[in-house]
Amino acid sequence: MSAATVTQASDAPGKAEAPILSLVNITKKFPGVIALNMVSFDVRAGEVHALLGENGAGKSTLMKVLAGKHKPNGGQILLEGKEKVFDNPKRAKKSGIVLIHQEQSLVPEMSVAENIFLGSLPKKWGNLVDWKRLHRESTEILDRLKCSFSSKDMVSDLSIAKKQMVEIARALVFTPKVVVFDEPTASLTDHEKPVLYDIINTLREQGVGIVYISHRMDEIFHLSQRISVLRDGEYNGTVNTADTNEDEVTKLMIGRSLEFDHASKPKDFGDNMLELRGLTVDGMFRDVSFSVRKGEIVGMYGLVGAGRSEVAETIFGLRKPSGGEILLDGQVAQLRSSHEAVAQGIALVPEDRKDQGLILGMNCRDNMTLAGLETVSKNGFMRPAAEKTVYDKYQQAMKIKTPGWRQKVGNLSGGNQQKIVIGKWLHTQPKLLILDEPTRGIDVGSKSEIHALIKELARTGYAVLVISSEMPEVLGVSNRIIAMYDGKVTAEFDGDAVSEDALVQAITGQYVTSAGKPDDQPAA
Amino acid sequence: MASAEHTKQGFMLSKKHKAGLLNFLSAQGILVFFLICMFAFSLTSEQFLSQSNIMTVVRQASIIGIIAVGVTVVIIGGNLDLSVGSMLSFSTVLVVDLHDKIGPVGAILVMFALTLMLGALNGLLVGFMRLNSLIVTLAMLSAIQGLVLIYSGGQNVDIANQSDTWFGVFGQGYLLGIAVPIIIFSLLAIIVQVVMSFTGYGRRIFAIGGNPVAAVYSGIRKNWCVFSTYMISAFCVACAALVLGARVMGSQNNVGQGYELLVLAGIILGGTSLLGGAGSIWKTVIGVLILGFIQNGLLLMGYPYYTQWLVTWVIIILAVWLDLANKRKRLLTRHS
Amino acid sequence: MIDIKRFMSGSAFIQPIWVFVVAITIFFSIMSDYFLSVGNLTNILVQTSTIGLIALGMTYVMINGNIDLSVGATLGLAASLSVGLQDYGITVAVLAAIATGVALGALNGLLVWKTGVNAFIVTLGAMIGVRGLIFVYTEEQSFYASNFAFSDFGASTIGPIPVLAIIFLLCTLAMHLVLKKTGHGRNTFAVGGNPEAAMDAGIRIGRNMMINFMIVGFFAALAGVLLATQMGASTPNLGRDYELWTITAVVLGGTKLTGGYGSIMGTLGGVLAIGVLRNGMNMMQVPAFYVLVILGVILIAVLIIDQQINLKSFKGVQA
Repeated sequence: MSAATVTQASDAPGKAEAPILSLVNITKKFPGVIALNMVSFDVRAGEVHALLGENGAGKSTLMKVLAGKHKPNGGQILLEGKEKVFDNPKRAKKSGIVLIHQEQSLVPEMSVAENIFLGSLPKKWGNLVDWKRLHRESTEILDRLKCSFSSKDMVSDLSIAKKQMVEIARALVFTPKVVVFDEPTASLTDHEKPVLYDIINTLREQGVGIVYISHRMDEIFHLSQRISVLRDGEYNGTVNTADTNEDEVTKLMIGRSLEFDHASKPKDFGDNMLELRGLTVDGMFRDVSFSVRKGEIVGMYGLVGAGRSEVAETIFGLRKPSGGEILLDGQVAQLRSSHEAVAQGIALVPEDRKDQGLILGMNCRDNMTLAGLETVSKNGFMRPAAEKTVYDKYQQAMKIKTPGWRQKVGNLSGGNQQKIVIGKWLHTQPKLLILDEPTRGIDVGSKSEIHALIKELARTGYAVLVISSEMPEVLGVSNRIIAMYDGKVTAEFDGDAVSEDALVQAITGQYVTSAGKPDDQPAA
Repeated sequence: MASAEHTKQGFMLSKKHKAGLLNFLSAQGILVFFLICMFAFSLTSEQFLSQSNIMTVVRQASIIGIIAVGVTVVIIGGNLDLSVGSMLSFSTVLVVDLHDKIGPVGAILVMFALTLMLGALNGLLVGFMRLNSLIVTLAMLSAIQGLVLIYSGGQNVDIANQSDTWFGVFGQGYLLGIAVPIIIFSLLAIIVQVVMSFTGYGRRIFAIGGNPVAAVYSGIRKNWCVFSTYMISAFCVACAALVLGARVMGSQNNVGQGYELLVLAGIILGGTSLLGGAGSIWKTVIGVLILGFIQNGLLLMGYPYYTQWLVTWVIIILAVWLDLANKRKRLLTRHS
Repeated sequence: MIDIKRFMSGSAFIQPIWVFVVAITIFFSIMSDYFLSVGNLTNILVQTSTIGLIALGMTYVMINGNIDLSVGATLGLAASLSVGLQDYGITVAVLAAIATGVALGALNGLLVWKTGVNAFIVTLGAMIGVRGLIFVYTEEQSFYASNFAFSDFGASTIGPIPVLAIIFLLCTLAMHLVLKKTGHGRNTFAVGGNPEAAMDAGIRIGRNMMINFMIVGFFAALAGVLLATQMGASTPNLGRDYELWTITAVVLGGTKLTGGYGSIMGTLGGVLAIGVLRNGMNMMQVPAFYVLVILGVILIAVLIIDQQINLKSFKGVQA
């Protein structure tokens, strides 16, 4: 299935020559967080330099600084030895630095060719678009990328993978010096990946410097000549790919060989609080079965897009199951809306704090009480004193740092925002607490506080489901771990005894246990 | 280290709370503007600040004001309602026409019921079917105007025997020396303001307007809430129709034409953002009153009535522009 | 099965509204013998040319992701100017009227561009204010054209076809080509479809928007002048509610309020849907009121169909 991905890169490692691009001591601060602290990084012409790090380590921020989307608070950018200031994306692009985004930056209702040449359409007779030249030049680029679609296709009709190809094609219009790929394979299927690898190798052979951001080890070892690691916004070393192995890189990334305080995890479990039996939502996930006991923390581990959040949203009544059933406390539950789910004692701390978790323009207190307004109101009227009490209680319990309850949550740091979301749900006194990526984009201090809080909650009897794509997080808090891959549960592990290898295999679809379902993925 | 830094930045904002008079003034810019206008007009015309003149202005503004109260709720919930103009024609024609046929009580009851049904239709389409509120209410604007014309056969309606009915009290009557339209307007404004500020329902509407996705993820029944905002809007229109019908004791079949935009103008002028999640009834009341007093003041100064439209144009854009610039400035100081 | 989604969502050459136009055309031609005559069909074109011309410009503005509520007032002002300034000669009067429309469009565009105030609010203000300008200029009077050359123009024909119909069709063709073939047209899509990407690609968003506001101002003024030639007069209330009709026509034609999406051929379909419906019902002696109801229903139906198509490809949680 993914045989191509295991072969080691056969090309010679990058020679020690002068870098085409250097970032020196870059610092970037956001309100409440130092995203990058004195980070240095360089790329040579004709090499693939992988940039590695956990979520929130600062990879994407660094690249946005490079592409002129963020203004750094300190440091230098040197292109071919000359210092450059990129204060807007256009300037970076003109200098030959191209960022292939995770998020799509295409115009949907335009043709592929128009998107490739967006803003620089070839013209004739004044302002008329020269369609012949446009399509000829676009087709040339698409041919170089071995794309199967036509330059005349509408972008809105293309698959995500093909859209990504269009983004890459766009990068080739200006002969780029450095191309940054930010998690390029996140949305690609297995047989689309080799095409991307070919493109990257072709670019490299043409002397382009490639920055490759990913946290998939197999890809990085397959493609790159050097690997640099970021951790918590700080530079953590560079190694030659040929001289290292996955373990070593993992250690660099996580900062320690993984050791966990299993003793601090909750121990006493009650009956099943949540049980899923063959839960299915068509097109999202299928036949998902597992249970969470009272007082137990179950981790759900898998890559983005494996269907984890969708499972959580279904339990929370936001999606309609097309098959299977949800049992709460032993009873089959019919959850037709999030309102009913809350009434049944389910809480969901969603994945996207800003879009799903908070009303950014509302103050801290109002956000905190939003899910449990009944308990702080009488005959429909709010009781401000009761609200304040609730706010104070969780603000103190979780050490939320705010100038006061009137502060708009949009002005808080990520960690404090997340604590408000958690507080909002604790206030509803749920029986089942689901946390989807509870520490994404949060500073280290808040991270460990939230982990401790999760364990504490379970000890007081909550059934907790933690969804995460960060291995240390899952290993650090879970009693049991459910691995998901491609919309299915592939394995279930004891959280204290599982090996990291087994986990990685389970979420990349290579692992089959007696506990997991046989891999019935149709061969592509 | 990260955590210490974090604390410092977390509190960085507290400076903002030392809000002086100047900050208050810039935040309440529209109120200040209102007072300046009042002052300027009072200098040019002695009549302007007389009690009777003020009462006349408020009474005239009360119809737009009553509707604006309801539409403000819809807007805070993150939607728009353009159908109120046609709905006002519909309800006024209905109540006036039915008055002679089934008597005032029946006419009022039927009018309220049917108006609320139109509101329910809006609410169904926007709240439950999640259609774009601008286009839905634009379509309703057209459809309801058509219904009015079909119902009235293109004729204007009036109440035949105006001296024999108590119906006129809603438009012309006085209670304790205050005009009934003003009482209805004030009561509605106060009740709705209280509901929006002090109840869980109001909190939910603000949440939905602020971030509909997060509201749903907080277990709020968004569909019902949005539905209810259109019911409130329709109820307010019905009240306005009562006042309008009773004042004129008759109705043209397109009497409400253009009201939707005047109402919006008042709301925008008051400073309620069309994006939803923010705003208040009292701001809307002020916005509507500004429109009323500008009209009145210009008339008293001897300008023809249409000059108010030019002034409205300028102040709408200035008000929103300054508001935006103000917010942007605050945002910049926050992130620097 | 040549891609139903494509067809229904209107990005194919033919928009779904055309199905409706053809259907009601067939219906009315069965119901009335006279309906399908050349005289009546060109009549429909003349009747709809006013809304149609504005809708052409409105399409651009709405593809940009903006809206213009001031077109009705602009139409009224241009009509009054073109009649009221005839003492200086018809050419001067017409040019002044059209220049005023373009200038008002430029003002709207400039305000949207430079202040960042939402186009809805900017043009709502202009809608009220420009109506004020008309009243200030006309002092509430209707103007009557004394020069017959002016009012004759509105009724003139080339062969069997009225000049107004020809102007409308030519403008439609020109606007279609500009949208499809020129850099400006393509950038209009880019600005509405993904403003951030457009900005990154170096497209001057503000300038693009402003030009489109000027275009819609031009067409509103042109429509006003042509309407005045038809009537041989202008009234200060001319053009009230036209903004709503125009937006209805454009939305019927499949252009989305969110921007980045739409076509002139769709708008033509939307305009004709309104025109044929009005004309046909009139011919069947159905009062014009029913047209309003039917249009409202169709508008909502278009919205529902559009939503159902989009839902299928939507993976997120509905909020």
